This record gives sequence, C-alpha cells and structure tokens, in this order.
Amino acid sequence: MSSTPSSPLHLAVALDGTGWHPASWREQVARPRDLFTAGYWADQVAEAEGGLLDFVTLEDGLGLQSSLYGELDGRTDQVRGRLDAVLTASRIAPLTRHIGLVPTVIVTHTEPFHISKAIATLDYVSTGRAGVRVQISARPHEADHFGRRTFPPISLAELRTPAGQERLTDLFDEAADYVEAVRRLWDSWEDDAEIRDVATGRFIDRDKLHYIDFEGKYFSVKGPSITPRPPQGQPLVTSLAHQTVPYRLVARQTDVGYVTPQDSEDARAIVAEIRTEQEAAGRADELLHIFGDLVVFLDDDQAAAEDRRARLDALAGEPYTSDARVFAGTPAQLADLLQEFAEAGLSGFRLRPAVAGHDLPAVTRGLVPELQRRGAFRTAYEADTLRGLLGLSRPANRYAATTTATVTATA
Amino acid sequence: MSKPQKQIHLAAHFPGVNNTTVWSDPKAGSHIEFSSFVHFAQTAERAKFDFLFLAEGLRLREQGGKIYDLDVVGRPDTFTVLAALAAVTEHLGLTGTINSTFNEPYEVARQFASLDHLSGGRSAWNVVTSWDAFTGENFRRGGFLPQEHRYSRAKEFLATANELFDSWRGDEIVADLATGVFLDDAKAGSFVHTGPHFDIHGQFNVPRSPQGRPVIFQAGDSEEGREFAASSADAIFSRYATLDGGRAFYTDVKNRLAKYGRRHDELLILPAASFVLGDTDEEAEELAKEVRRLQVSGATAIKHLEFVWNRDLSGYDPEGPLPDVDPDVSDNHIAKGRAQVRMYRDPLATAREWRELAAANNWSIRDLVIETSNRQNFIGSPETVARTINEYVQADASDGFILVPHITPSGLDVFADKVVPLLQEQGVFRTEYEGPTLRHQLGLAHPDETANQRAAS
Repeated sequence: MSSTPSSPLHLAVALDGTGWHPASWREQVARPRDLFTAGYWADQVAEAEGGLLDFVTLEDGLGLQSSLYGELDGRTDQVRGRLDAVLTASRIAPLTRHIGLVPTVIVTHTEPFHISKAIATLDYVSTGRAGVRVQISARPHEADHFGRRTFPPISLAELRTPAGQERLTDLFDEAADYVEAVRRLWDSWEDDAEIRDVATGRFIDRDKLHYIDFEGKYFSVKGPSITPRPPQGQPLVTSLAHQTVPYRLVARQTDVGYVTPQDSEDARAIVAEIRTEQEAAGRADELLHIFGDLVVFLDDDQAAAEDRRARLDALAGEPYTSDARVFAGTPAQLADLLQEFAEAGLSGFRLRPAVAGHDLPAVTRGLVPELQRRGAFRTAYEADTLRGLLGLSRPANRYAATTTATVTATA
Repeated sequence: MSKPQKQIHLAAHFPGVNNTTVWSDPKAGSHIEFSSFVHFAQTAERAKFDFLFLAEGLRLREQGGKIYDLDVVGRPDTFTVLAALAAVTEHLGLTGTINSTFNEPYEVARQFASLDHLSGGRSAWNVVTSWDAFTGENFRRGGFLPQEHRYSRAKEFLATANELFDSWRGDEIVADLATGVFLDDAKAGSFVHTGPHFDIHGQFNVPRSPQGRPVIFQAGDSEEGREFAASSADAIFSRYATLDGGRAFYTDVKNRLAKYGRRHDELLILPAASFVLGDTDEEAEELAKEVRRLQVSGATAIKHLEFVWNRDLSGYDPEGPLPDVDPDVSDNHIAKGRAQVRMYRDPLATAREWRELAAANNWSIRDLVIETSNRQNFIGSPETVARTINEYVQADASDGFILVPHITPSGLDVFADKVVPLLQEQGVFRTEYEGPTLRHQLGLAHPDETANQRAAS
C-alpha cells in the first residue's frame, strides 16, 4: 500500500486566514482587510486550482482563534474571527471546476443530520468535488457557546494525562459515531430512487429510501436524509491526527488522514500504526490515504526563506512553533523532503502556507513545476470528481440490494 | 391628494415538495441539481426580483407510516445552496427558512452572518418553529420541545441570534500593519444570554456583516405568530393571497406594530401566490384547469382526503363519491411532517361541508380536491395578471408577492418576460436595483440606523 518514489504525489493546501504564521497578516501581500469577503477566498482557491492541487481544506472553529488550546488569549495582534467554512466552500464551488473543497466541521457541537445534507449539497453545487474534515473540540469556552454541555478546563499538556486521554477518547468516539451517521445518511437514498413514474403518480420508489436507525451512546438519528445521494456517493471524509486515539478514527472512518511526522522514521512508525488499525477495522482492502502536514516558507533560496521566518517571528515577538514540521527552504529542497516522506509511506501532503499570499503561489508556481519535472505530480486534472483525483472509486451503496453489491465486489 | 402609488415587491419561491409542483410535466427539471437553482435565481435576478425564497423540511413526510411518494421528495441544504447562489447572482436577496427548534443560536448566527458577508449583504432568514417528535428523531435532542413552548423558544432564539449579530460593532478590525494591531477591542463579540431556553456566553467569532443582521421573515399565522412578527420581523411570508383575506390580514398585523414602537412600513406583508399565464384570459383559464388536473392525480386526491379523514382511504375510488365514514379525530395523525393538516381544525365540519359540496355539484373525490385545494391565485393574460397584482398591492392586500411557479426551474421565465415589463411600464416595479443589499431592495433601514432613530426619539 506504500507509494514508490516514482508514483505521483497528491497535494492539498490548508487555508487558514492570511496563513499559518500568526504574524502573516502583517505582510504586504496578506490582504487582512479582505478576509471576510468572498473575493479573498475565491482568489486563494483559484491559485490552488491553477497549480492542479487535489484539494484545499478550510479551517474553522466555533470560537475565536487563540494561541492557547483550552482558553481565549485576549490577544489583539493576530487575526481573529472567521467565516463558516462549509458556506465559504460552497460560495467558491461555482467559480472553480476541478479542485476539491474540504471544509472543516466541528462534530462535537453540531448535528450529523444538518452536516450530512450540507456536505451532500456542497457535492451537488461542485458536481462531485466535496469533502469534509472532521474535528473535535474539547474547549470549555466553545461548549459555553452552546450551553448544552460543560467541559472542564483543559490544556494541551493535560490532554496527555490519563484523564485527558479519557476525555479525548470520549470525544473521538462521538466523532466516529458522527461520521458513521453522516455516511449512512449519504447512502440513505439509492442512486435510482427518483423514478418520476407518471403512470402510478410516484415521484420516488420509496423502497429505495432507507431509515438509517443510527443509535449510539451520544445521539440517535432516524433518517433518511432529506437530500438524495450526492454525486460522489460518499464525499471525502478526512481528519487530522497526532496520536493513537485519533489515528483510530482515521483508520476506521476516513478516506484521508493528515499526520504530522517530524522525519521519515517518524512517518514510517505513524503509517505502520494506522495501517494496523485499518486492518483491525476490516478495511485492509480499502484505499486510505495518509498525508503529511507541513508548514512551509518557500523562497528561491534557503536563506531568504529563513530570513522571512525570522522576520515574522520578530514581528510576532516569539518563535513560531507548530504541531507539524516547519519547513523553510527552496521548492527543490521541499520536493526532496516530500519524496523522502513518500518513501516512508505517505501518499500525499497537506501544505500549510506560512503566509498565504506568498507561500501558496510558491507552492503552485515553484513546488508544483519542480515535482512535475520529476514526474511526481500531475500535469493536468485527470478526473472530474475529488474521489477520482485521489484514485478512490465511487462506492456501492450499503443499503442497495445485496445482488448489486456482490456483482460490484467480484467485478 | 391621492395616495402615492406603492412600489411592488416580488420574490421567487423555488418550487417545493408539495402537490402544487408539477413534476410529471416533460419540462420539469431536477429539484436537486445546482443548475436548476442557477436557472431559477438568474431568471429572478434578470426580472429585478427582490429575493429568492427556499423552504425547508427536516424529515421526509410520511402518510400511513410510509414515506409519502406522490409529490417531489428531497431537497438540498438551504444554507449551502444560498451560499453557492451568491456566486452566480449580484443583487438578488437570498432567503432561507431555518428552524429554531433543531438548531442552536451560535451556529445559526454564524451561518447567517457568514452568508451575509459572502453575498455582500443579501441574506434573509425565515424563522420557523416546529416541535414534533417525528422531526426530532433526526436530531440529538429528539422531540424535546412541548408544542406550547415553540414560540417562546423561537422568540428567544431570534433575540439571542440578534445579540450575537450585534456583538460586533463593525469597526473593530483595524489590521494596522505598522502597529501590529489587528483588532482594536479584545472583547469584540462578547455576549451573555441567560433565559429559559438558552444559557450561553462567550465571544461570537464572525465580525459584523454588511446588513448588520439578516432580514427577518416570519411565516406563522397563529395569534402568537402574528405577535412575534409584529414585534421582531421585517417581513411576513403569509398565506393570504386573496383580496379580502389579504386586506384583513394586512390590517390586523400592521395594527399590531404601534405597540412595539414600530412604524407601518417597518414590516412588509408578502403572501405566497401561484400564477398561470396564457396569451388570453381564456387560454389561461384552460391551462389552469389542466394544471389542476396534473397537480391532483387520483392517488393524490385520496391522500389529500386522508389529511381530513385521518384514515386509510386507499380502498376508495378517486373518481367515486366521498366516504360515508366520518373522520378519525384522535391526536395521532396519519400524515406526519406536514403543517397543512393543522389547517383543518374541525375535521368533522370540513367533512360535512365537503360532502354537501360534492353532492350539490356531482363531484367525485378528485373533483372535490381539485376544487377545494390550492387554487391558483393569478390566472390570466400578462395584462390581467399585472393589473390584478397591482390592484391587490395598491388596495393593501399585501406589499407584493412571493411567487410559486409550478414547474422547476423554468416556471418563472414567462412571468419574468411578460408580466414584469408591464409592471415596470406602470411605474410600480423597479427597473434597476436600489442598492447592493437586500435591505435596499425592501426599503428597510440598516439596524444601526433604526437603533439610532429610536435612541434619538
């Protein structure tokens, strides 16, 4: 299942405000005052599509951004505020043709029924280019925005304690149930359920609509969806993971997992752990992409990239750190690193531009041509759907009559 | 001096999941594919309509324990479609029906504020309530809300959402590259709401949108619904599209405004209305009859009768007489997920009345349903329809209409091409949009102006 060095890589970019460095908004190219306009996001996604990238992810959250994990920081020197990611993706969909659109959804406080139809609809408006990145929130201040649950204070360090692990496990178990309910809702209409049979007056064949009857520890959902099965059948489900508990979610429920290895050895170990979980989940024969996340400062020479990073750190007043490896260098050096990671079993990468206005064009106009020269990246979009770009087939409907499923499985 | 001519407001309701929508017509297209929504929205914008309107349902309808299959079934997600339509239109308002029972204020306020930013100030929210455990089965909380609390939740939901919309002034983002100040107020978005339905606090994370708040619609017709609209809505999506019914409703609701300190023109009355156009009035009448036959098949007629009888009537012949058996008046209704069944408040009386009507006119079940349900509002040549609509508006039966075509997505085309130019010639409908936001088209003040006026008076 691991990629050979010559096999093409998949590339996504993670869009978040003016970029991932907290001082990125202070760069001349940053356009911070445009962040709450459709035009800003349309330009970002057009740039990514120009570089033939597989997809973009859009970050989101149900509270203001913070430099602290478990609480607000009251800072006014960084970007604060954001637009709903699903709606931003939908606003961009009619303006693009090929690139996948993968908004973030917080599963802890939202309704699987609503999100299922929202992503299905994103798939309709983009004609088969929708995905979703699911994320949990353990943050007490975000729970307070809903008033339905009270979460105790938490910090990143506390998340690593046994009590913290227990809470994480609980939230990720809920996320797994959420994805299960969403996936069943997507299948709750068979593809040919709409029959428009004038003779009998029936618009649908109701035997081809299915109650999903999902019942779990956290919620139950009856179904069927109000929205017919989306063009891709199952839009892409993705998740970011840093340790065993979320690796399990990636292995059981997603099509793409984002991981944060620091080096090849690390990457190999993470991939092995996820593959073991994938096998345990009975998905050994399914294609599950594992993408490496990297923060990138890209310039024509390494010193320029490092200088830019240092300059931004000085503006921010502290060195930038990240859960992902931070890369500062040239497109050729980054291509070397990506190919090295690919040998360790990663099939693609989600790059986080440090400064969106600078590093996104550096990816599309610097890194992409470099990878193309090496035969490691596409030179034209080869499929009409996001699943197609990632080599994922359109899945059979879990509720369709078993004869159909058997034929598909043996075909 | 004679009263000045009122300007008419027009909106387009995407054909819905009930039997007014004729899906069996060869011209009828998809209700799901985005291309249908694009065609419909661009037709409305070409005709300079105020806005497009989307209804919502959160559980597929059932009758007799089975998914109802005779009407259009299925629709896309309201917010997601509206956001995408913002990309293919420039001025058209985008009105979404969003339920206040199976949502939370923080999330809905984020979605509307985001839609307002992404559309440059064109969002509107039709606030609806429901309480039924049937719909609740699709959601985390199930059927948690008693019927008598649905308006109190809706009112508090809207009030809370308004607190969130107002939690940013609109000038906090300075993004000063030189000083490194992004936000001039660390407390931007702060809110605290404590009430019987919501106990929430924190900071809202969407800065103030172009319209400040989305335009608020209300659709309920009960006493509580009317008060809710008079106190908190910018417009009412009403079902009184006849001249007399419209005038009575209009007067009733507008008279309720004063007690909330609101002016007569701060609430628009916009009934849903259907239309059938022909080259001549006679041709339109013929066409209207044909459309009624298509809307009410024999199978549909039986199902419609079941709304009132609340019994399985599948053994009856739609071309035969009405059932002798009386309606079942128990609470457990055969039809689930339909507001329509609540219109028949006294089923025994309705049954009696219908039997008499059918006997007097020699009507079959199907004839009766065709005659008594869903009459088309405006039937005639373009001249007749334009004249009638204008008469109704000038007579204060409404401030305009939300038109519901019966064919998706092309059903609005002929109205846009033939009726709108006549209204424009009469000087009662815009030839250019008034401004960038939906509030401009509707003649509604920005919430900040309204607040300033109140403070000054």
